[in-house]
Amino acid sequence: MSKFFAEAVLIATVASGIRLAVPLLVASLGETFGQRSGVLNLGVDGIMLLGAFSGYYAVLQSGNVWLGLLAGIGVGIALGLASAVISVSLLAEQGISGIGVYLFGLGMSDLLFQRLVGTPRPIKSFPKLDIPGLSDIPWVGRMLFRHSVIVYLAFVAIPFSMWVINRTTFGMKIRAVGENPEAADSVGVSVAGVRYATVTIGGTLAGVAGAALAIDLGIFQQNLTNAAGFIAIALVYFGAWRPLGVMAGALLYGFVNSLVLQFKTLGIIPRSWSDIAAMSPAVITILALVLVARRFRQPAALTKPFLRGE
Amino acid sequence: MSQIPSRLALVVALVLAAAACSNGDDGTTTTTAAAAATTTTTAAVAETTTTTTAAEPFRIAIVAPSASNDLAFSQSIVEGVNAIKEERPNIEVAITDGTFVVEDAAAAIRDYASQGYDLVIAHGSQYGGSLQEIAPDFPDVSFAWGTAADTFGLPNVFSYEAASDEGGYVLGVMGAALSESGIIGIIGPIEVGDAKLYVDGYKAGAEAQSPGITVNVNYTGSFSDVALASEAAQAQAAAGADVMTGTAQMVVGAIGVAQEQGIAWFGTQANQASLAPEVVVASQVYHWEVVLRDILDQIAAGTAGGELYEINLANGGEVIEFNDGYELPDDVRQLADDTIAGIIDGSIKTGA
Repeated sequence: MSKFFAEAVLIATVASGIRLAVPLLVASLGETFGQRSGVLNLGVDGIMLLGAFSGYYAVLQSGNVWLGLLAGIGVGIALGLASAVISVSLLAEQGISGIGVYLFGLGMSDLLFQRLVGTPRPIKSFPKLDIPGLSDIPWVGRMLFRHSVIVYLAFVAIPFSMWVINRTTFGMKIRAVGENPEAADSVGVSVAGVRYATVTIGGTLAGVAGAALAIDLGIFQQNLTNAAGFIAIALVYFGAWRPLGVMAGALLYGFVNSLVLQFKTLGIIPRSWSDIAAMSPAVITILALVLVARRFRQPAALTKPFLRGE
Repeated sequence: MSQIPSRLALVVALVLAAAACSNGDDGTTTTTAAAAATTTTTAAVAETTTTTTAAEPFRIAIVAPSASNDLAFSQSIVEGVNAIKEERPNIEVAITDGTFVVEDAAAAIRDYASQGYDLVIAHGSQYGGSLQEIAPDFPDVSFAWGTAADTFGLPNVFSYEAASDEGGYVLGVMGAALSESGIIGIIGPIEVGDAKLYVDGYKAGAEAQSPGITVNVNYTGSFSDVALASEAAQAQAAAGADVMTGTAQMVVGAIGVAQEQGIAWFGTQANQASLAPEVVVASQVYHWEVVLRDILDQIAAGTAGGELYEINLANGGEVIEFNDGYELPDDVRQLADDTIAGIIDGSIKTGA
């Protein structure tokens, strides 16, 4: 156990937890917008996978990580819009239609990868950015302020999301549509318009999360996300549909994962417990979800399609 | 109103089906299971694109859990079968890869068998249970299952495995000789089969070369979680490792970390030098064609199964490939060659 408290190990554990949390955080924030407006999008993981592949492929071809991020955004917008068409305009059963989007993303990302790339080839990663001043603080500097650019962007997105949801007219419409679409409609809010916007925001952030994952890893492989998109959806419930709660959930998941990895590496968790320990992030997150989220009420219109005049 | 979603589902299913059936080059049919997941039966429609020949072709089907070019487990069997195809005339190959869901694999295995393939290769220890149920229904079809050492007493099942501890031992000896920090990091998936053998062999080799060396073993718990493998490598680096290795397809994430931090990497199952040309020292590469030759000869002679096979250093089924881009000291190279010779002549035991 004493080995764990070595400086290098502690710093690596915290930094690793943050890196593991970021794709989940970004995807969860996006899903929060959709769910606050009453739309559950189970296709997050599929959008992440296609975002991951397109981001990877764009960097492979151009050598420019920002083009890769743009590709992820583009694919995210397209699939977000498609998801909105399915769940808002076509009034699909949200528990099922998202699974279709997921399977489409899973299959299509792999097919494109096999056709266009084949054998995995490494790509450039996001540049590291040491925050001047802060990165030199002993311990904390190396834990928090020596990350790749995308990590800071993800954390900046949290207060921005809070501001949009809680302080803007658009945010008020999102909340109204998610709680009582009939009432919102009666005062002239376009329920479909708001939901198109939120689901597209969700898709965009899922695409960004996928692209960020692939570009940060510098590689793509079949099913790269390994169901991270589904964990992201669970984290929205965990976070009680609030950006700060979502952040807490993503960090909890990331840190438990990185702690388990570090403990296994140092032999603090014996090899015979290895497989059980590997499940602990999911188990702990679910337990916390059960304990915490029950106290909060979900948006009243969540998963309910809205048809005017019905 | 309720018809709209179902019509949409139909469209999605059609798109997926179209995506699923994709013909590879040179008469190889590749079906990617991930795409086929929603089409109820794994659409392994092996359309014959080869020219008509006088004799019936010998038809081999491969069902593998990851991508056929994963630079690891699945790629090794595909390359083995392709090598056989080069050597012998009139062989036809169909591949269903990416069947990490066992039920999908079982459907594909049954499909190929019912289409009368001569040899169906179930390339994954996890497919054993399914194969045990399927094989008795198709007595005229030969099955090969690996990596495993069990034919379930069935007359039409061959099994094959890799003595991956042997190559692992050689690489471990080299790793210990190269390590200056005296700490080696190993990243494994789940402690079973081929992966466990390799990890145990590598550890034994390292400890034989440098008694007292620290070998940190981390089984991440997943064959496919690339991000977790990457962070496992970060954890190993933080614990002081200056030599790393790992096995299974998720290690592509770890190799990136090794490259970035200048940590020597040893590969297994396929040559991984292309992923990190500066730090990959050597890879243990599988040549399954060594056992496939025997299996095909057996089938030709009328034996449909029942035999156990193994690839190892002695029979040439395992080969240590050195990366020319890595400047390996001559004495370490000599050490590797001596260790290989010692394992082949039996004077060195891996202990696994």
